[in-house]
Amino acid sequence: MSTQQAEPESQEAPEDPEMKGAESPQERRLEEKDDGMVDERAEKTAELEGETVLIKVFRYDPEVADKQEPRFDDFHVPFTKGMTVLDAVMYARDEYDSSLTFRHSCRQAVCGSDAFFVNGRQRLGCKTQISDLEQPVRIEPLPHQEVVKDLVVDMDHFYDQMHTVEPYFQDEDTPPVEDLEEQRQSPENREKIKMSSRCIWCGACMSSCNIAAGDNEYLGPAAINKAYKFAMDDREGEEIKEHRLRILEQEHGVWRCQTQFSCTEVCPKDIPLTEHIQELKREAVKKNLKFW
Amino acid sequence: MHEHDVIVVGAGGAGLRAAIAAHEAGADVAMVSKLHPVRSHTGAAEGGINAALQEGDDWELHAYDTMKGSDYLGDAPAVETLAQDAPEETINLEHWGMPFSREEDGRVSQRPFGGLSYPRTTYAGAETGHHLLHTMYEQVVKRGIQVYDEWYVMDLATTDEADPNDRECHGVVAYDVQSGQIEGFKANQGVVLATGGPGQAFDHTTNAVSCTGDGHAMAYRAGAPLEDMEFIQFHPTSLPSTGVLISEGVRGEGGILYNSEGERFMFEHGYANNSGELASRDVVARAELTEVDEGRGVEDEYVHLDMRHLGEERIMDRLENILHLAEDFEGVDGLVEPMPVKPGQHYAMGGIEVDENGQTCVDGLYAAGECACVSVHGGNRLGGNALPELIVFGKRAGRHAAGDDLGEPKIRTGYGDDVEDETETELPVAPGEAGLGTSGGVAADGGVTADAEGILERTVETARERVDRLMDKDDGVQHAEIRAKLQQAMTDYVNVFRTEEGVKKALKIIRECRQEYQDVYVDDPSRTFNTDLQQTIETRNLIDVAESIALGALVRDEFRGAHWRKEHQERKDDEWLKHTLISWDDGEPSIFYRPVILEGQEKTYEPKERSY
Repeated sequence: MSTQQAEPESQEAPEDPEMKGAESPQERRLEEKDDGMVDERAEKTAELEGETVLIKVFRYDPEVADKQEPRFDDFHVPFTKGMTVLDAVMYARDEYDSSLTFRHSCRQAVCGSDAFFVNGRQRLGCKTQISDLEQPVRIEPLPHQEVVKDLVVDMDHFYDQMHTVEPYFQDEDTPPVEDLEEQRQSPENREKIKMSSRCIWCGACMSSCNIAAGDNEYLGPAAINKAYKFAMDDREGEEIKEHRLRILEQEHGVWRCQTQFSCTEVCPKDIPLTEHIQELKREAVKKNLKFW
Repeated sequence: MHEHDVIVVGAGGAGLRAAIAAHEAGADVAMVSKLHPVRSHTGAAEGGINAALQEGDDWELHAYDTMKGSDYLGDAPAVETLAQDAPEETINLEHWGMPFSREEDGRVSQRPFGGLSYPRTTYAGAETGHHLLHTMYEQVVKRGIQVYDEWYVMDLATTDEADPNDRECHGVVAYDVQSGQIEGFKANQGVVLATGGPGQAFDHTTNAVSCTGDGHAMAYRAGAPLEDMEFIQFHPTSLPSTGVLISEGVRGEGGILYNSEGERFMFEHGYANNSGELASRDVVARAELTEVDEGRGVEDEYVHLDMRHLGEERIMDRLENILHLAEDFEGVDGLVEPMPVKPGQHYAMGGIEVDENGQTCVDGLYAAGECACVSVHGGNRLGGNALPELIVFGKRAGRHAAGDDLGEPKIRTGYGDDVEDETETELPVAPGEAGLGTSGGVAADGGVTADAEGILERTVETARERVDRLMDKDDGVQHAEIRAKLQQAMTDYVNVFRTEEGVKKALKIIRECRQEYQDVYVDDPSRTFNTDLQQTIETRNLIDVAESIALGALVRDEFRGAHWRKEHQERKDDEWLKHTLISWDDGEPSIFYRPVILEGQEKTYEPKERSY
């Protein structure tokens, strides 16, 4: 299966996260609208109205004789306004072939079940408009992960990496719950961790990362981002922060990142992952910890 | 066979909270869930968590608002428990690191919400559920609680005494979606069902594809009654094309609803002269549909929700997620144009009948969250009351299942001397079993001879046989066809506005679905990740749930909360201050009623006319 990533345009990691230009993924997305993306979509939608769309879907099942050899199946799906990649594969499954298998649940980009490799890029099926894509639409399982069946990949390794960074709030100084008071946190600090807290564990970033592809022990962008969320939260104490940095600065931690920005490019929640990883590198240096 | 003290089925908000509570009470807990915990639909909740946290607010006001919102069908012990426990539970989440939105002084933010007399909806942007779900899963990881993820629970292992009150639940049977392996899970102390809502019984819903009422159907077939199933909440603001939810937070922050003539209809057409857009959800949903019916809808389908005047900064700060949803799923930029919205099925007030400790009438069987009915929400749930329900009652069910003493419950469950039987209503078709293949939910000869292992083994055997039957059959009907027909019937006839004729039509179609299901087969021959098989089993659960909703909607001939009947345009307190209960009795639904409890600890809630 192809694992080639389109080379993202190289860009400098901003020196200071407070000085983000209009290039944070979130802002870029909001700006795309001004670039006529919306008009273009309306135009393409009008073009496709009443047509059928050709989708080429990866098929594989270790248990079924004629699917043991991976192949692509073609499905012709009648286009409807607003149709997403998920709508298209659901139509194919419900109308043509009930054995077509993929994970999906919420249909609104929050459960993180349906990250696929669509036209050579990691995307959430439910959030990707068919009208935004070149035809035929190629839909494959996430690269660099073991395929269980059709579009379903084994997520165990991803979960293991997530769990490696102790992904839970730790504050030994937390007052007992009987005392009905929340800990205080400034709106600015909450803002700082906001983007990192939006991760839905879809695995798109991990699958797009060349380093993760070559180093199975690399924590990967999602787990490092999860650690960022806690490390930057003022409600956790200094000692815990140091402990977190120790986990992150290990051999297969933040220093493995080579700032290719693949993760940031594909993140469906616009999380500036690469930036978060660089910030943690700086923190690690500041703390005088060794780096590899 | 796996063995644990407490088995929690489902790993959304209520399930995670139950597991943590049972673990803290010293039990060996395992969660069994068809989805990995972070995929649960709790993650899609947007608005917030109601809790009386501020000076000037108190739990009694919260209880009063909830009771009024319920149209006096909430049980006071449940309502008061929710209001009293919510503050501590909300603060507890904060102590676990949940990233709530903050005020300048560093305290958690709260906003106004529909039907509330005080701004007590504690939020984390417009993605409160996502943060709640992830925060609680983090705690499960921290405690090392075992999670069997992507294991689909098919059935409960329950004894089969004639009276469900004498039955006992000993565990569950589940299959590993990845391998197809079917195994028993023995629960030495209790099984907590936390399987979420049944929204997939409807065509236009905010609910996930996974919300198929599995827990409802399993408990129902094991003998626990389903309560108040006719009360289905239609959220006033879902996107027309997909059903994706636009949070009530938009109206909480000041968003305005307009009809096609640019009128602010909530006020101008007198639907809610005081609260306007922030009336309770049932009122707003009916107002929108009335506008559309009277020719003032946009494209004859929806109305407009406008938040442009709130300004970009405030929207980006508090409602950013809504911008993305409107753009991704409707192609609308909420900063420059109003968003199209219409009512969509959102929440089921009813569910598995439980008391305030989460216990059903079947010994060892508990339920919490949306699949349960305590009843906190009665005829209509207030926005912001679902998330506290998950944590308050999830915790109670988990603790009780693990053996903690929570005191004697005031709410009674199961058939007893305080209920009355339904005698009047003519049913258009025979409901319930339609022959082979819909197998009942109890598996063993109850009482003296059966031990827990034996019952579990037999349930596993039955489940394996059933799966083999479905897999071995070569042709027939596919579940997708039946499911689509069922969803369409519910959306056409058991929606916001209901007529006797329509509900009867729905019951007939549901009956047809049952009969067609006798001929259902699974086309995918593979045991590996067979979603075809899983959805086929889910579809039977949906048939049971849809039937109970339609039955309840037919017998309750009054207008209360979300239940609107064309022929009965008034609330009949002299006759209907009671819960509808539907019990699976040897393959046939039997209907009976239990009076609502309006006596609280300090005061009795007197039903008043409800206006906003």
